[in-house]
Amino acid sequence: MPGKLKVKIVAGRHLPVMDRASDLTDAFVEVKFGNTTFKTDVYLKSLNPQWNSEWFKFEVDDEDLQDEPLQITVLDHDTYSANDAIGKVYIDIDPLLYSEAATVISGWFPIYDTIHGIRGEINVVVKVDLFNDLNRFRQSSCGVKFFCTTSIPKCYRAVIIHGFVEELVVNEDPEYQWIDRIRTPRASNEARQRLISLMSGELQRKIGLKVLEMRGNAVVGYLQCFDLEGESGLVVRAIGTACTLDKLSSPAAFLPACNSPSKEMKEIPFNEDPNPNTHSSGPSTPLKNQTYSFSPSKSYSRQSSSSDTDLSLTPKTGMGSGSAGKEGGPFKALLRQQTQSALEQRGGSPHRFCRRREFPFFTLTAFPPGFLVHVGGVVSARSVKLLDRIHNPAFVGIMGNTRSYKLLDWNSFNSDEPETRDAWWAEIRQEIKSHAKALGCHAVVGYSESTSICEEVCILSASGTAAVLNPRFLQDGTMEGCLEQRLEENLPAGCGFCHIPYDELNMPFPAHLTYCCNCRKQKVPDVLFTTIDLPTDAIVIGKGCLIQARLCRLKKKAQAEANATAISNLLPFMEYEVHTQLMNKLKLKGMNALFGLRIQITVGENMLMGLASATGVYLAALPTPGGIQIAGKTPNDGSYEQHISHMQKKINDTIAKNKELYEINPPEIAEEIIGSPIPEPRQRSRLLRSQSESSDEVMELDLSHGKKDAFVLEIDDTDAMEDVHSLLTDVPPPSGFYSCNTEIMPGINNWTSEIQMFTSVRVIRLSSLNLTNQALNKNFNDLCENLLKSLYFKLRSMIPCCLCHVNFTVSLPEDELIQVTVTAVAITFDKNQALQTTKPHVEKSLQRASTDNEELLQFPLELCSDSLPSHPFPPAKEHLESASSNSGIPAAQRATSVDYSSFADRCSSWIELIKLKAQTIRRGSIKTTVTVEKASPMGEGNFRNRSAPPCANSTVGVVKMTPLSFIPGAKITKYLGIINMFFIRETTSLREEGGVSGFLHAFIAEVFAMVRAHVAALGGNAVVSYIMKQCVFMENPNKNQAQCLINVSGDAVIFVRESELEVVSAQQPTANCQPLCTGGEVTT
Amino acid sequence: MTSELDIFVGNTTLIDEDVYRLWLDGYSVSDAVALRVRSGILEQTGATAAVLQSDTMDHYRTFHMLERLLHAPPKLLHQLIFQIPPSRQALLIERYYAFDEAFVREVLGKKLSKGTKKDLDDISTKTGITLKSCRRQFDNFKRVFKVVEEMRGSLVDNIQQHFLLSDRLARDYAAIVFFANNRFETGKKKLQYLSFGDFAFCAELMIQNWTLGAIGEAPTDPDSQVDDMDVDLDKEFLQDLKELKVLVADKDLLDLHKSLVCTALRGKLSVFSEMEANFKNLSRGLVNVAAKLTHNKDVRDLFVDLVEKFVEPCRSDHWPLNDVRLFLNQYSASVHSLDGFRHPTLWDRYMGTLRGCLLRLYHD
Repeated sequence: MPGKLKVKIVAGRHLPVMDRASDLTDAFVEVKFGNTTFKTDVYLKSLNPQWNSEWFKFEVDDEDLQDEPLQITVLDHDTYSANDAIGKVYIDIDPLLYSEAATVISGWFPIYDTIHGIRGEINVVVKVDLFNDLNRFRQSSCGVKFFCTTSIPKCYRAVIIHGFVEELVVNEDPEYQWIDRIRTPRASNEARQRLISLMSGELQRKIGLKVLEMRGNAVVGYLQCFDLEGESGLVVRAIGTACTLDKLSSPAAFLPACNSPSKEMKEIPFNEDPNPNTHSSGPSTPLKNQTYSFSPSKSYSRQSSSSDTDLSLTPKTGMGSGSAGKEGGPFKALLRQQTQSALEQRGGSPHRFCRRREFPFFTLTAFPPGFLVHVGGVVSARSVKLLDRIHNPAFVGIMGNTRSYKLLDWNSFNSDEPETRDAWWAEIRQEIKSHAKALGCHAVVGYSESTSICEEVCILSASGTAAVLNPRFLQDGTMEGCLEQRLEENLPAGCGFCHIPYDELNMPFPAHLTYCCNCRKQKVPDVLFTTIDLPTDAIVIGKGCLIQARLCRLKKKAQAEANATAISNLLPFMEYEVHTQLMNKLKLKGMNALFGLRIQITVGENMLMGLASATGVYLAALPTPGGIQIAGKTPNDGSYEQHISHMQKKINDTIAKNKELYEINPPEIAEEIIGSPIPEPRQRSRLLRSQSESSDEVMELDLSHGKKDAFVLEIDDTDAMEDVHSLLTDVPPPSGFYSCNTEIMPGINNWTSEIQMFTSVRVIRLSSLNLTNQALNKNFNDLCENLLKSLYFKLRSMIPCCLCHVNFTVSLPEDELIQVTVTAVAITFDKNQALQTTKPHVEKSLQRASTDNEELLQFPLELCSDSLPSHPFPPAKEHLESASSNSGIPAAQRATSVDYSSFADRCSSWIELIKLKAQTIRRGSIKTTVTVEKASPMGEGNFRNRSAPPCANSTVGVVKMTPLSFIPGAKITKYLGIINMFFIRETTSLREEGGVSGFLHAFIAEVFAMVRAHVAALGGNAVVSYIMKQCVFMENPNKNQAQCLINVSGDAVIFVRESELEVVSAQQPTANCQPLCTGGEVTT
Repeated sequence: MTSELDIFVGNTTLIDEDVYRLWLDGYSVSDAVALRVRSGILEQTGATAAVLQSDTMDHYRTFHMLERLLHAPPKLLHQLIFQIPPSRQALLIERYYAFDEAFVREVLGKKLSKGTKKDLDDISTKTGITLKSCRRQFDNFKRVFKVVEEMRGSLVDNIQQHFLLSDRLARDYAAIVFFANNRFETGKKKLQYLSFGDFAFCAELMIQNWTLGAIGEAPTDPDSQVDDMDVDLDKEFLQDLKELKVLVADKDLLDLHKSLVCTALRGKLSVFSEMEANFKNLSRGLVNVAAKLTHNKDVRDLFVDLVEKFVEPCRSDHWPLNDVRLFLNQYSASVHSLDGFRHPTLWDRYMGTLRGCLLRLYHD
């Protein structure tokens, strides 16, 4: 009995009129926790009752405290008939369970009803007295802190970053129970809300246990998702990164943590270790996943699985152990060692066999300085699964989780599900891991997982960025010796993360390598794709921009396996096209790297949608991208050629315009400056690893184009024409606007304090007649573009401003409906200060540049001569590999009737085609003016504006919400706990509520209100890392009905505005990292 | 491709003042879009008509949701659904309760009932204000009226407290409520030259001096609930006004009064002879107005009478405003020198207010 929960009901206000006769309400409140219920007195005839109740006390275990929500129901007393419910409030008391967070929850909560929405407010006070419990076998994990933020929270310091934690819980969906036919929609919705609340609590507790086993004290980058699988159930799953965090105020010195008992780490993970075979063994494992980790156009092995999904388990395990020796390196060993001990401790849960391997994954997207050593590129895996027949009798009885039984009775018969789902994800993660290994990386950062479900087909996706990390942060210090060298040479320049982690001679895929334009010492790829945020010390030229690839593919309606197969067959083409689009658009912008890449594939009844969003930047370390060259197929047709040259001109103009728009003025390098030793202009920037697809995309050698790195688009049919057109239709944001999907906009540092977080939802209905892929693409493209245009228009009063963390989600609720949901935050900035913080970089690199001058003159030449010939061929290897991995599948899939080999054949022949075309040409440089002069006047401008008063809107009671991990112009002083809320809203009077738009508008506004109320009750004034993870909207206009489910989460915080005299807001994020930074250097 | 659903929800509710005005003015979404297009916003921002349409719809939806709260402004302050900075909240409320001069002139002094509401169609046609806007304004008047009609204490304060209006707007509403309650006739042709401001000015003076609350009776008396009201004229006072009749009924008193006034003003008025010739008529008019105020019907005609009996005669003789002022001052003051007159306080309470009103009403 380790806890006492105390609740006091103070008052209500703005209650609805429940008694028509008197226009008043006789309200009372039921307070329920677990199975205990208390009631207040009835407060007669008032819409603003003052209950002022006694303290209701619940004596409960901490396990329940973690799992159960406090449920407060407001009712209208009725003497003669049943009492009418006015609405409910669910309060997650988790934030009260760890000492550093909130101590009391007190405030006005909106009273919510799933049918009527918010109906008045209630003032509640909640406290928890926790007793110390020394029972080591306890099932609770009170005290583990959770953060949605995908970086180390601002007022903490990471002592150790332990690694990946994941868990999932499955239950039957109350909406699909038989009883749902006889109960009211309200009862059904409430059952669902309550169940999900319970499940999330349980999930969080279980993850917490794992963290404790790893000896961590926090989970950072905690991402919890729901899969509404319909008939087959409800899955709640979560991933996160276990860490040991230290509060910054505490004076403890930074020590490389030695508290975890790791040994035997002598291998060096990133040197020549991965022999060429390693990576080929990766893709060829008989997984059911599709993979395109490196360059999307190449390796895909994917397939749909039939119902017996466990087929692949056995082979996978075997494979894993076989390659274990090489794959892990020290990092792996560490983790494994640790987990094994964890597994032993965890003896109480028999369902966890050793099959569960540890994954060196990190859900973080931003890291302490020095943590990220190299970035290898995006790795991703997808798998198509069928949701039927998930009950595998073999597993019944193995499941020993007694907690699940407590949830609901029917849990017992589907208790095998977590195993099935676990296996699915394990498979995908395994795949990801092997891709990372193939890239010479031992870890995956910026890792995330998602699903898309349509009827019984489910696409599981995972993606991340392969990376080499500095083990100093992960565990023990034994690794340092071997790392030091590398770190030292990379760190000062801030370009180290761009350098390739794999062996140049055994490249896992065809890449076009050059010497780093910044340090001139290491090789870098020509393009870098990543899923993480831009490292703070990256040297970037100009500004970044949001780049999206959008794609639709029609698919025949089909059932079950046929459907899964059809989807599997489409996926590689979609991936390929999405990446081609991204690459084209990136080149069109004159940029060379993508950050925050998120590719979402959504499955519908009759189509697949792909939407990739990323933030393009120009990294100074990477070579200047070449242009795009258009080639026609019929060279003898005069008018056609004219047309082509017209298009070419348009493209060239666009590139030039974009360079100007985004202020991309890279220094001229290479041949152009030979002979005139102009000091290398400043470069700021950094990088990640790229994906370099340059060589394998549709490219042609165009000799006429001289030194320019040509990226050739061949127009041989109307489709291609369409593609080119669509490239040019993306309109840049109006002046004064920038947008990105990363935390902050590269190239803008001077944020002012005005922020506006918003959610926008659009649903369009396609005319079902003669839908073609082209028409579909156009519709989808227009939808996204118009949505962006609308946002720019709406937020025009904030100019100059930047839309940050723009997060698009696509879903296909019905046959002809496409729904796009966007959440982002608009932040104003001060134009005049733009270059302030980058200036030091400039100076530094200038200095460097002068010393490096000699090298500088020579490298380009060398590069030039050897990079050319070496590249046409590597692609072949990769393609062969991927082909072989494809053909490997059928063997593992004997049980299914799908003919995968034919797919593989098709794939490989198609790849051959590309291979023939693939050529890499040396990049030329684009002439631009040197920007150094520009920097100084602007730098001075900063001072003038430094004292500009911050926006004076700090009114009492205002709660800011932002998807970012920080608040511009303010300092986060305390994290109060995680906010994770799930709401259902339903209506049977859709027209009366203003139609679908009115209904959803009101609901989203209500959700915001409830989030704000909870944060305010915790004593907070902002939510950071806010995310709307789900917005499932269903309508039935004929019945005048609609239903919507929304799931949001974030971190409740207290922030304090920086006074005007303090450091300019723009420096805030960097300033906070400072302690970490210095700590890091000491140990190096 | 048709848009089924299209919404934008900000953590801070976006309020576009221009769209708010269009909404308040009762324009439909399509009219509002057309008007916005005409304002040149597309050229300024490079947006498309579709964007404008979607933006306008969004704002309209937001306003529609806010409207319920605007009906009870304190709710807008305490509600949690829309996060709106206080300055914006004030703007929303102030604009929502603002009204058109043309409209208020049509409704001022009329009973705020269903019957009047039916006439809104005609008012809309006549004034060119959309029916929707007319309805909003009418409903605002009625809502404010209902809330404060039975309340004790200062009318302006009550309105400010319950509707959070600016001082100025609260005063205007006080006038509207006062006029509606006393049903003063303002629609007659001869009154058309008067603006709402003129009436509001008079209403304020009357509220200050002629209502029960005006006497400054201590509100400590719990029984005085009904009495301490700003909206009703002090019945006792009106009853007492009959006593003033002696000023014109008693010929000696009238003559004496006239001579006092004439002596004092001789040489100071450009229209002295006209004044002298008209004195008795004017005085009779003013005193008779007072004496008649016991009847509700005559109370309603107060402004008609004042214009007929005083403003028009003076105007036809082309009195300059300054002369009117001198005359009224002297006319009021001289009464104190009349030995036979025993109600100087009553006279001051009456004439003080009336003088202010008449000066305000005296213009073209």
